[in-house]
Amino acid sequence: MDCAVTLKGQSRDLRLKNPVLTASGTFGYGLEFSAYGDLTALGGLVVKGLSLQPRAGNPTPRIAETTAGMLNAVGLQNDGVEAFCREKLPRLPWRDTAVIANIYAASVEEFAALAARLDGEEGVAALEVNVSCPNVRAGGALFGQDPQLAAAVTAAVRRAAPHKHVMVKLSPNVTDIALLARSVEDAGADSISCINTLLGMAVDLRSRRPVLANVVGGLSGPAIKPVALRCVWQVARAVRIPVVGLGGILTAEDALEFMLAGARAVQVGTGNFLRPDCAFALAAELPRACARLGIDDLPAFCGSLVLDHP
Amino acid sequence: MLHATTTELEVLDLVPFGQTGAESRFFALRLSRPDWERWRPGQFVMVRPRNFGLESLWGKPLGICHMTARHMICFFQVRGRGTRRMAELRAGDTVRVWGPLGNGFAMEPDTPTLLLAGGMGIVPFVGYVVTHPKPWNVSMLFGHREPASCYPVDNINEHIAVDSLREQADGDLDNFIYTIQERMRDCAEQKGLVLACGPTPFMRTVQQFAAALDVRCQLSLENRMACGVGACLGCVARTTSAWPAQDKREFPVQVCTHGPVFWSDQVEL
Repeated sequence: MDCAVTLKGQSRDLRLKNPVLTASGTFGYGLEFSAYGDLTALGGLVVKGLSLQPRAGNPTPRIAETTAGMLNAVGLQNDGVEAFCREKLPRLPWRDTAVIANIYAASVEEFAALAARLDGEEGVAALEVNVSCPNVRAGGALFGQDPQLAAAVTAAVRRAAPHKHVMVKLSPNVTDIALLARSVEDAGADSISCINTLLGMAVDLRSRRPVLANVVGGLSGPAIKPVALRCVWQVARAVRIPVVGLGGILTAEDALEFMLAGARAVQVGTGNFLRPDCAFALAAELPRACARLGIDDLPAFCGSLVLDHP
Repeated sequence: MLHATTTELEVLDLVPFGQTGAESRFFALRLSRPDWERWRPGQFVMVRPRNFGLESLWGKPLGICHMTARHMICFFQVRGRGTRRMAELRAGDTVRVWGPLGNGFAMEPDTPTLLLAGGMGIVPFVGYVVTHPKPWNVSMLFGHREPASCYPVDNINEHIAVDSLREQADGDLDNFIYTIQERMRDCAEQKGLVLACGPTPFMRTVQQFAAALDVRCQLSLENRMACGVGACLGCVARTTSAWPAQDKREFPVQVCTHGPVFWSDQVEL
């Protein structure tokens, strides 16, 4: 079965050879995983969040294992957009798979500058706008929790990068995610990815200290899958632009659950830490899982959840 | 960088070390040999047993203890949920393994080389000593709290002389630190190489002596890791101004891919 999918945006479409992407912050710049699978077998890869200047991130410990999940408070450590364009992008197989640049900034102006810088990069197929990082003080989740700010960031990126598909990544740490989804759609977003991590915390009884130096961090992994599914369902019902689902996806069946709830594509995140070939294995398994489940038209299957009591 | 693979390996056996009778906390895990072309002592693997299920997500970083034509031996101490599960492994079980990971220790056959091991820090030195072409140039000082029988020290004793100091009473630690200093001083006079692996306070001591005595020294770090391949950015250590790549000086770098072995003047502990 051909699993190719096109995310039809308001301004720009994003064509993917299959609906399996890797989630930002869990797949490095892609090259880290090239020993464990063929990057071009993926629908696309979303690289580690980029900022205008290099960022050192938060102090350690930055990660903690929790039951069926993990917390991170990395704080967007990255080499900066220039180093990415100079050293990483040329080595990525961007002609054969979609390279999506996740971008983070602390102000609307900085978001626009980043988007403008990447708009001219032929190797970048789309921008994923991070208005939902829970681990940085300035910006981050603040943008994603306020519909007006989220819309302002989206509109600024849209204007600054007219040649790119603009995907906006939403946070689950809000009262009404559908409200946020509608406001970024109205501001010109081509697609929405959800969810970013859930704000969480772990403590150590012996030392009586938080496990993370940042005290709080973002929860990811199978523990959050039901929350993510619920958010994808709510967002997909609220907007017309395509939704990309993520949150605890490890298997092809997990991916199909998100698609049943309304996602057009999915991202594999924490799964990449369980085994480095997780996303590759999932992409290879997807057609077989469709065959097992009698799914012969994947686009038609997306959002086909049957409600007995609508 | 050497080429890494991910594969399922079979557990050949799990051998408890140390006290008999009581529940053991130290184990040698013998696995079928992965199909790597090469590996270097000081490298590690990520090991994720199937019995982790979805409760514990991350693989565990384990130093490669030793490798033969037919098997790979890792060694671990039970410390938390994951290693407790690993202690339940039986022959025939399968574990997912990815590696070899990291850079490994410098090996300079003709240079007098002093190995400093603290507790479980002895593990990577087994492979180092066994594969060293001129073991008469290598000596070891081993400090530990548990009985020596808990650690794979016999494999090293077959090849080189090991000075083993156990911390049991007040003053033992001071004696150990004093001995480290004396041995490092001798090594410095011989223009030798020091390699150290162990708990962070021990490594800080070694790092300070290395600077004061001006002896070349490598430290193997053991930070908390999720992925082992450079992606999660959880295991980072901060470099010093002596780090070779200018754009990464005084910046956090991944221990899993830039280490785990660092020159002692290039990393902050």
